[in-house]
Parts: sequence; C-alpha cells; structure tokens
Amino acid sequence: MSNVSAATGQPLALAGEEGGPRPAPASMLDAARLVLLRDLKLAFRRRGQLVQPLAFFAMVTTLFPLAVSPELSRLREVAPGVLWVAALLASLLALEFLFRDDAHDGTLEQYSLSGQPLTWLMLAKTVTHWLLTGAPLALMAPLAALSLGAPGASLPGIVICVAVGTVALSLIGSIGAALTLGIRRSGVLLALLTLPLSLPVLIFGARATELAIRGAAYGAPLELLGAMAILGVTLAPLAAAAGVRISLE
Amino acid sequence: MNWIWFHRLASPPYIFALARRLTPWFGWTSGILMAAGLYGGLVLAPPDYQQGDGFRIIYVHAPSAWMSLMVYTTMAVAAAIGLIWRIKVAHAVAASCAPIGASFTFAALATGSLWGAPMWGTWWQWDPRLTSELILLFLYLGYMGLRGSIEDTQRADRASAVLAVVGIVNVPIIHYSVTWWNSLHQAPTVMRFGRPDIPPAMLVPLLIMLLAFTLFFAAVLLVRLRGEILSRERTASWIREALEP
Amino acid sequence: MPIQGLQAENLHLWRGERHVLDGVAFTLPPGFCLHVAGANGSGKTTLLRAVCGLLYSESGRVLWNGRDVSEDLAGFHSGLIYIGHEPPLKSDLSALENLRYWLGVRRRLGPTLLEAALQRVGAGAFRDRPVRTLSAGQKRRVALAALSLALVPLWLLDEPTTNLDAAGQQLVGTLIEEQLARGGLVLAATHQELPVARERVRRLELAVE
Repeated sequence: MSNVSAATGQPLALAGEEGGPRPAPASMLDAARLVLLRDLKLAFRRRGQLVQPLAFFAMVTTLFPLAVSPELSRLREVAPGVLWVAALLASLLALEFLFRDDAHDGTLEQYSLSGQPLTWLMLAKTVTHWLLTGAPLALMAPLAALSLGAPGASLPGIVICVAVGTVALSLIGSIGAALTLGIRRSGVLLALLTLPLSLPVLIFGARATELAIRGAAYGAPLELLGAMAILGVTLAPLAAAAGVRISLE
Repeated sequence: MNWIWFHRLASPPYIFALARRLTPWFGWTSGILMAAGLYGGLVLAPPDYQQGDGFRIIYVHAPSAWMSLMVYTTMAVAAAIGLIWRIKVAHAVAASCAPIGASFTFAALATGSLWGAPMWGTWWQWDPRLTSELILLFLYLGYMGLRGSIEDTQRADRASAVLAVVGIVNVPIIHYSVTWWNSLHQAPTVMRFGRPDIPPAMLVPLLIMLLAFTLFFAAVLLVRLRGEILSRERTASWIREALEP
Repeated sequence: MPIQGLQAENLHLWRGERHVLDGVAFTLPPGFCLHVAGANGSGKTTLLRAVCGLLYSESGRVLWNGRDVSEDLAGFHSGLIYIGHEPPLKSDLSALENLRYWLGVRRRLGPTLLEAALQRVGAGAFRDRPVRTLSAGQKRRVALAALSLALVPLWLLDEPTTNLDAAGQQLVGTLIEEQLARGGLVLAATHQELPVARERVRRLELAVE
C-alpha cells in the first residue's frame, strides 16, 4: 500500500503516527461519565426549560387550596396525595426531555453503534434526567408541603420520600418515552402508558409522605419505594434500550 | 427434538387453515358448556345465605375477571415469542388478544358494579379487586393505543410487545400495591361467597363457566386471528388460494 | 486490522411490503472502497443500516473477518463508524464539544487531538461556535473530523460529499484514500461519483424495486 494519494499525488497522513500512542478505548464508566456530562451541559445551555416542570409542580399544588379549601387543617389531610399527583404529572411532562432530542439528531443511533452496552447508556441518561428533574422536585416538595399545612419537622422525610419515588418514576417513565419515540404528539399516549405502571410508586410514596407528615415512622413504605427504584434500575433500562433499538429499525 | 411443528405453527397459511378448522369445535363446546353452567348457576345452585340471589352474577363476573388476566398473560407470552424469535404469527396473536381482553375487563367491571350496587347503595366502590381490574383496563387501552399510534406494522408489533412484557411484570406489583392500599383504608368488599365452605352445587357451575369462557376466548381469538393474518398478508400469493371455497 | 474484510451474503429485507434488499451480496477486502450506487429509493441507506445491524434482515448475513457479526455485535460496532445523511451533531454544543462527546464514548481522546483533527478538515476557525450557527457544509466538515479520529477499520458513509464544495469533496477523497492505505474498508452510499482512485473502488449498483 503506497503512502501517496493516487488522486492528488500528495503524501498521506496517517492518524496516530505523529500523535503518539494509540488512544485507549473508553471504558463503560468513561462512557457513562460522558453521557452524564453531555446531558448536563446541554440542559444548562437551555436553563429556562429546566424550570418548567418545577413551575408546573408549584402551580398544580396551588390549584388545590383554590379548588378545595384554604383551611390548612383540611389541606393537611390531602397534602400527601396532592404532592404525589403533582410530582407524578410534573415528571411526566419532564419525560419529553429524555430521549426526544437525541432521537432527532442521531445521537441515539450513535449510542447504539458505539460498542458500549446500550442498556448501560440508557441508565446513565435516565439517572442524569433524574438529577435534572426529580432531584429538584424533591427539593421543592417541602415548600409545597408547607403551603399545604405540613409541619416543619416532617420536611426532611418528605424530601427523602419524593427523592426515592422520583427515581422510580424516572426509570418507569423512560420505558414509555423510549417506546413512543417517533410518534408525533405522543404526550398523552406517554401519560396513558406510564400512569398505570407508576401507580405502585404513587401508593407507597403517598403513604410514606402521609406518615411523615403525621410524625409517624415511614420506614416500611419507604423501603418498598426503594425496592421499586432498585427493580427499576435493573429492568427499566433494558426495556428502554429495546424501545430505542425498535425506533431505529 | 423435532422442531418442525414449531416452524409450521409459525407459518401464516398453516395457522390460517388450522384456525378455520378449530373454531367450530371451540365455539360449539363453549356454547354448550355456557348453557350448562348458566343453568347450574342460575337455577340449580342454592341461594347464598348472606346475599340471597344477588350473588349469582358471580357466574359471569368471576370468569370475566379471570379471563381478563389470562388473556393479558397470553398476549404477553405471544408478544414475547414474537419479539425474541421474530415470528409474525405470534405478533398477530397478541394483536388479536388485546380487544378481547379489554372486553372481558370491561365486563368484569360492569358486572362487579352491578353486583355491589344493591349492597353498597352506590354504583362504585374502590374495592381492591375492582380497582385492579380498572388498572388492567388502562393497561389494555395503553397497549392498543400504542399499536394504533405506530403506522409501520412491524414496528408497532415490536414496540407493543415490549410494553406487554413490561405490563405483565408489573401486574403482580400493581395488584399487591392495590391490595396493600386497600387494607390501610378498610373499604368493604362484598364480592365473594357468604360462607367459607362452598358447596359443590355452587362451585361446579362456576368451574364450568370458567372453562366455557376459556373456550369462548379461544374461538373468538381464532376468528380475530384469521382477520389479522388476512390484513397483514393481503399481498401474499397464498391468500388467493386459501380464500377459495 | 482485518484479514478477510467485510462480506454480505444474500441479504433480504422488507420495509412494510416493499422488498427493498433482494438478495444483496458483496465482498470487500481490506484496502478497498465499496461504492453503493443507485437512484433515490433504491435502498442504499437501507443497505448501510442493515450491514451495521440497525435494521434486521429477514435472511442473509454479514461477515466481518470471516465471522457472522451477530455473534459479537458489540465488537463489530466498536470497529466501525457510521455517518448517516445528517451528521449527528447537537446544535447547542460547539464542534469541539460534539466531537469530544461523540467519540469519547468509544475512545479516550484528549483536546489536542480533537483540535488538530478539526484544524485539518478546515473547521478550526469555527470549532467553538454552537453547531446551530454552522452551515450544512461546515457541519459535514465536523463529521469528517470525526472520521479521521475514529481509528476504526470500517467506515460506513451515507452521502459523504453532500453540501461540500470542491475542496471539501477533495478532502473526503483524501480521507478515504488514507483509510484504504491503512488497510481499512469504506462503504460509501452515494449517487454521485467518489473522488477516490478508480482501482481502489468496487461498485455495487442497487436498482429500485
């Protein structure tokens, strides 16, 4: 093989020759780190969009005093349910950000051809998504709870419950988000698919929050919530990766 | 191990012909069993000591509820087979199951509501079993909605197959959660027999109805399956010969 | 470097009811480029995607180095790069950042290597601007930089010369020739002619159904 281009007659440069040793292949951890960094960087370039699910959450919780009653004693009774329904709806809205852009510009395609396990990359994306949407929701939840009459002592418990619950919700939501890629105006369908699967999280999360607000021990439902999150970590990325591959076919 | 039977089952023309031959057997047997079961349950069985004659709707309600779950399982298994081994007929089976399962679920909900209404005084209560049935209905609607939203048949098959498998994994979790939720709030449940030891006169018609409903499902499935295969294979060459009388 | 190259045997693929790939077969030894030619709709993109494994072919198989790729899809993927019609760039990131995240998932590449590659393809001037401000031709140059950095034996390119000016097309030719000189393989689907030396190019003509 000659080192001169037949078309132009110029000498050919071979990559890596002047650059020193051949670059090492990326490990799974490298890949996950890059997925995380890229998604974080992209989210912060569009900071305005990050706030939207939080604003939605705040607004939905405001609806209930207006629609039901401003008496804190009555609101305190429904506070766990209101918090969780609002968190569920807000995280449904936020699911739009998870895969849509990557599907449009070919990033998902490159991920599936990268040689890295697609399931692992989907997990990395979903965790990053939770950091951008679920974690802020968990931090906002105490404020909403206060406005609904929850006592101050219950706030740390509320943060923990919503944090663990939103992890499970992000994972469950990633499945529907992957399966509805490429369907136009799929917001309602995504909700229809994700809500039944999220009901266990809603049930246990609301119960744990209710116990926390009452000042009782909320360990039991919280543990079940955690178990669901762990189950989600192991199974949801598999389904999401399958959904992504199907959308690329 | 002889896999030929497996490959024949995967062939649309074979299944198409087989379905046509089997449908009358399932249909007539189901009809006879249903008549026997209804006679046994509505006429022969003694009235329940708590609910009187009102409990008799169980002979339609319980098999419907049972079938709603069994059809979902069948759907999920067929979808998984289609997904893993890429067998088109399996996807056609899953697609045919969905509306039947949704109908059974709706029937279970309606009969459940009718059963409870005289005792509750309202048309609905958040009984754990009814609530689980309602969520199952949403799962069916989601499955059918996903299928309907994707134009490409192959992609619709595969995406809804993943959803069906995810759904079947979730059904026990959802059922457990709803039962747990209900136990916290002590809502009354009336939809069971009034006595712990059920006499055979009450139980046997129930089992007959269960079998009848299963065969009915099989018959309807085979009819729908033929329609599904026809629509998927409409440009294939074997269709013309197969439709000759 | 592969000894036996890439082979496709009897690939059949249907999209809906259209029989897009009808028994397509080819052999591509190392150091050669396969020019997949054909009119619009003849299945060039479909063939490339089927070889990658993105699309499932109802029958037939693809052999890489003599082994069926379905036995080790991840290994096959780590030895190839596929660039479709649109370069897979994120519009909110700069060219440099795009390369870092796109290729970094496969290989650890330091910033000096990335900058040098962008410089080489004539993208040095706009490497820090967000990609949404770039023209189609500039985006394609960024994709070419990725090619030179990928360090994989197999390139699958869909319309590599679109949107490029004469100098840009020459660059594509040079890059491909360098890859072939290293013993690599290139699959290029295009209805235009490739600016690559004739003796290194084999042609596969696809017909519309």
